[in-house]
Amino acid sequence: METVVDLDAMLFEGLCRMGDTTLVLGHRVSEWCGHAPVLEEDIALANMALDLIGQTQLWLGLAGEVEGKGRDADMLAFRRDAWEFRNLLLVERPNGDFGQTLMRQFLFDAWHQPMLKALEGSNDPRIAEIAAKAGREVAYHLERSADLVIRLGDGTAESHKRMQTALDRLWPYTGEMMTSDATDRALSEAGVMAAPDTIRPQWEAVVGEVLGEATLKAPEGAYMHKGGKQGTHSEHLGHMLATMQWLQRAYPDAKW
Amino acid sequence: MYAQMVKSEATNEDPEKLAAFQARIDAGEKIEPKEWMPEGYRKTLIRQIGQHAHSEIVGQLPEGNWITRAPTLERMAILLAKVQDEAGHGLYLYCAAETLGVSRDELTEALLSGKMKYSSIFNYPTLNWADIGAVGWLVDGAAIMNQVPLQRTSFGPYSRAMIRICKEESFHQRQGYDIMMKMAQGTPEQKAMAQDALNRFWYPSLMMFGPSDKDSVHSAQSMAWKIKINTNDELRQKFVDQTVPQAEYLGLTIPDPELRWNEEKGGYDFSEPDWSEFFEVIKGNGPCNAERMEARQKAWDDGAWFREGLMAHARKRAAAKVAAE
Amino acid sequence: MSSEWPLWEIFIRGQHGLNHRHVGSLHAPDAEMAVKHARDVYTRRNEGVSIWVVPSAAITASSPSEKGPLFEPSNSKVYRPPTFFDIPEEVGKM
Repeated sequence: METVVDLDAMLFEGLCRMGDTTLVLGHRVSEWCGHAPVLEEDIALANMALDLIGQTQLWLGLAGEVEGKGRDADMLAFRRDAWEFRNLLLVERPNGDFGQTLMRQFLFDAWHQPMLKALEGSNDPRIAEIAAKAGREVAYHLERSADLVIRLGDGTAESHKRMQTALDRLWPYTGEMMTSDATDRALSEAGVMAAPDTIRPQWEAVVGEVLGEATLKAPEGAYMHKGGKQGTHSEHLGHMLATMQWLQRAYPDAKW
Repeated sequence: MYAQMVKSEATNEDPEKLAAFQARIDAGEKIEPKEWMPEGYRKTLIRQIGQHAHSEIVGQLPEGNWITRAPTLERMAILLAKVQDEAGHGLYLYCAAETLGVSRDELTEALLSGKMKYSSIFNYPTLNWADIGAVGWLVDGAAIMNQVPLQRTSFGPYSRAMIRICKEESFHQRQGYDIMMKMAQGTPEQKAMAQDALNRFWYPSLMMFGPSDKDSVHSAQSMAWKIKINTNDELRQKFVDQTVPQAEYLGLTIPDPELRWNEEKGGYDFSEPDWSEFFEVIKGNGPCNAERMEARQKAWDDGAWFREGLMAHARKRAAAKVAAE
Repeated sequence: MSSEWPLWEIFIRGQHGLNHRHVGSLHAPDAEMAVKHARDVYTRRNEGVSIWVVPSAAITASSPSEKGPLFEPSNSKVYRPPTFFDIPEEVGKM
């Protein structure tokens, strides 16, 4: 019985890694609402943020269920502090200019899409089901973000420069996505969640192809940051949570 | 009402053509973009549809102010979807204006230079979460009051845009009232937020209909052209009559000691908003005018490289395609 | 050169088997992006299964002043509607 309990604790951890990542990115993308470079893009970004928030409700909802302590998705999203968040560092990077937002999205989508594909094969049907639903949405996210990276990389001299700068800045946060720790390995061995390192070949293939077409160059030998998945974040996450969780924290008895 | 005080343009054309045009409108026909229309009709419409579109776009900002602070995941999603709808409505309206021979970029530049206006309401701040409820309930409520009759407006593209907008808008007011109900029935603090929101948004909502126009020449011309369907006072009265019972249901007090039912007219008597404040807000001196314009200007300026980059790439692709053929 | 994106007319097939219908317009740098934008702008509420995009500049419209000559002649062709024919009752529904 000992191992079963442990696996649930790990599964909770694994589900928070997915749900916190979509939550933090969805939140970041929603910051653009009303401020995007063109109306059509404003609308497209909102669609993406809505998909990510919807996925968050599913992942964190399941996490709460697995945990079995009566916490729902909102409790997990709005009542945990930064060190309890398990999102990837990449997605908490501030929006920067629109190029950085798009590059962050692309580098993430190129991981998100194959990861969901792999999760569709989970032996836990609840996970497989969420992954299948999210996968359909994310396939479009990747198509869009890859296309925009190519177009802007190979657009004007300025758009090229901005996209290259974005790539240089964000690249050091990509390694974490494809590094497995003990939790990842245990979940993978149990057949419930895919190990992130198995995603690397697919990620590299997509990223290589798109960057090539975009005439952009990935930095070589960059030092890779890590820690988000274990709860060690950048300073940025605390500010995001201070904003996001403020009402829930200030009025803990209120129903909204 | 998102189009306030739209001046109608005088028209100086062949009286016979004008009479025939007016006859078509009187017969309920729709005017389509390439058909003959008086220059005044065209210009007035550009001004009105443009102002309407700008209002949708600037209107994203006060509500957008709370997207990242929405208290639950579901509230966040609903608000995001609503603000996104407003971007969509702006887009439909700009397209309708474009059929009259003005480009979206030209309209945007006119907004940013201050040559064109947007509704006064969006120059008021959203200060607590109940404001998001109040905006949906009161501001969208007032807008719908104006937009429903505009579905019958004489200009085809405007009318079609309004039909699409009204279809999507129906959920906006409901989501606002839903927030108000939760707040008004919530903790004492929540109830206080709800009352505070109503206190601040009541008179600005009444201002949305614009000052009385029963003696206005401009309004008479616009009404004859069916680009304005009701007088400002009619709509304002209707709005008050509809809203008072809704406020009562919430247990909130409308901040007007003069408000009372008038049996004789079958409607409420109520106090006029402070019109000197309204004119100041329209002039650019409202609480948030500067921030709203700065935000739009920044989005426009910061986005230039993006718009140009994509256009440059599209030209490259088109050229490559031609070369390959 | 202007960097304003060209205008596109958007047609959407609401359900399988129906015609594409004009739903509105939008701006996009090229056709491919117009399709993506159309998906994001005009099918937010699940309205479509297929999208056509056409550059607005490529549309040739009939001139409004020719409305008479173009459309009135067919008004007088009373023999086209099926009610023109008298079918005996005994034949049954047709």
